Amino acid sequence: MKVLVTVKEVAEADDDFAIEGTDIAASDLEYDLNEWDDYAVEAAVQLAEAGVADEVVTVTIGPERADETVRMALAKGADRAVRVWDDAFEVGFADVAAKVSTFEAVVEAEEPDLVLGGVQAADTGFGATGVALAERIGFEHAAVVNDLEVDADAGIAHVRRELEGGVEELTDVDLPAVLTVQTGLNEPRYASLRGIRQAQRKEIDAKDLADLGLTPGDVESALEITSMYEPESESDAEIIEGDAGEAAGRLAEVLRDKGVGA
Amino acid sequence: MSDVLVVSEHRRGELRDVSYEAITAGRELADARDGDLHVAVIGGDVDGFAEDLNREGVDAIHAVENGEEFDHNVYQTAIAALLDRTDAGTVVTPNSVNGLDYVPAVAEDRGLPLVTDAIGFEYDDGLTVTREMYGSKVETTVDVDGDRHVLTVRGGEWAPAEGVGDAPVESVEVDLPESGARVTGFEEVGGGDVDIADADVLVSVGRGIEEEENLELVEELADALGATLSASRPIVDNGWLPKNRQVGQSGKVVTPDVYIAVGISGAVQHVAGMKGSDTIVAINTDPNAPIFDIADYGIVGDLFEVVPELIDEFA
Repeated sequence: MKVLVTVKEVAEADDDFAIEGTDIAASDLEYDLNEWDDYAVEAAVQLAEAGVADEVVTVTIGPERADETVRMALAKGADRAVRVWDDAFEVGFADVAAKVSTFEAVVEAEEPDLVLGGVQAADTGFGATGVALAERIGFEHAAVVNDLEVDADAGIAHVRRELEGGVEELTDVDLPAVLTVQTGLNEPRYASLRGIRQAQRKEIDAKDLADLGLTPGDVESALEITSMYEPESESDAEIIEGDAGEAAGRLAEVLRDKGVGA
Repeated sequence: MSDVLVVSEHRRGELRDVSYEAITAGRELADARDGDLHVAVIGGDVDGFAEDLNREGVDAIHAVENGEEFDHNVYQTAIAALLDRTDAGTVVTPNSVNGLDYVPAVAEDRGLPLVTDAIGFEYDDGLTVTREMYGSKVETTVDVDGDRHVLTVRGGEWAPAEGVGDAPVESVEVDLPESGARVTGFEEVGGGDVDIADADVLVSVGRGIEEEENLELVEELADALGATLSASRPIVDNGWLPKNRQVGQSGKVVTPDVYIAVGISGAVQHVAGMKGSDTIVAINTDPNAPIFDIADYGIVGDLFEVVPELIDEFA
């Protein structure tokens, strides 16, 4: 069984940041593997270790800089990686359909039995790519999975979906399927030194749209970010000033007034 | 195509509040486009639900009598059928866990642009949606191409629709294709000996605690205050505290007299679980952390310095 994991390099803003145009200044952004995707990579690697998966391939849409993030997934045990980038992605904000068109072409080339990915990306927070991809490629799907057991012989993934309010839904999904995973699904491993060394020798297959038989028109976005700004705080919080001792003393008074510790 | 279709949501026999909020958002959009507001209720006690959903401003209700609980296959099929038989150009749904499981498929199936987790929008010749990025640090406005779209709206951003409407209710039954995903049951998680929802005072710990060993410090604070210990999601994901201690959208909703958030930044999913607390205290190093937006009292500082001092005050 082949598992394809969609991973994303996400940007996180520093505590202090400037906005330039419709994005945060590049110098105030740090890049990392999307937290949710980290759990998806771990799930795939565990399937390989259990002998359920024969191969784990990651796919990412991102510029050359994203190789660093991709190497992290390789160091954790993915076998190889596909990275797609094209000038067409530079021009704006890729919407869900644009990403799905890209992943669809990779799925056609790789023919996975199972596609895993994080339920959302920490930077844009759309939470839609996996399920839309499933619809496009005719796979079954389940979103917000926080427990996964694959019965490869029966061709079924037994999953739990985490609903609001501490309720879980138990669902059986026929393979091939796309599953989007929630944090807490497993314990993502740290990359070992040996893994990091091995990752240097693993293949990152860089492709552009033409390599995938796509044109810029296939990844045209219906969405355009027209402004970005810091939200106005509606807070009327009383900020307690002073050093730690003074602030704690003042807070203690407040808490005692509320009957705490009485 | 200026009509709007709102899809309501229910679980275990009850409509979820976000359904009424989505109706308000849907009405707003339908007004801006001079269109009608259709509301769909799919599965379960559709007649009872239809009665509750019949609020002011609703023009038509479609009761789809397939299935009991949420099933994405039923939802997808039903919404496709409703888009065929109504003049609705825009689908508005709650941005919820189940929304994540069917809405992207509906948008993809129909080739409609999708914007999720909207916190506001304007319609003036075209749709412009306000949403957050970078973990709530910024807001963006997003222009959407075309006059048909799919929009999911964040809970708590629109007031629930009120009043009693007189919309006609139409029963609908759809032909379901065979599904390769089957819901086999539901389970409550957590349990355990402590119910944080019962506590009067909660000391809640988040990612800022950094290491599992440091939890002891916050436990000590809870002891000193006679409070119960709870946590935000990352602490539970790490296995440092059991699931029954988790506050938030996917954990427990708590309403204590005093909620002390220690090293919690205040992601929207966490806030959904504790915003009803009487008094909220936040201790965090980042002055821009969203938790300060809903806090009554805040200390911008290092929890490793402030918490020991606070323990001393109550020792």
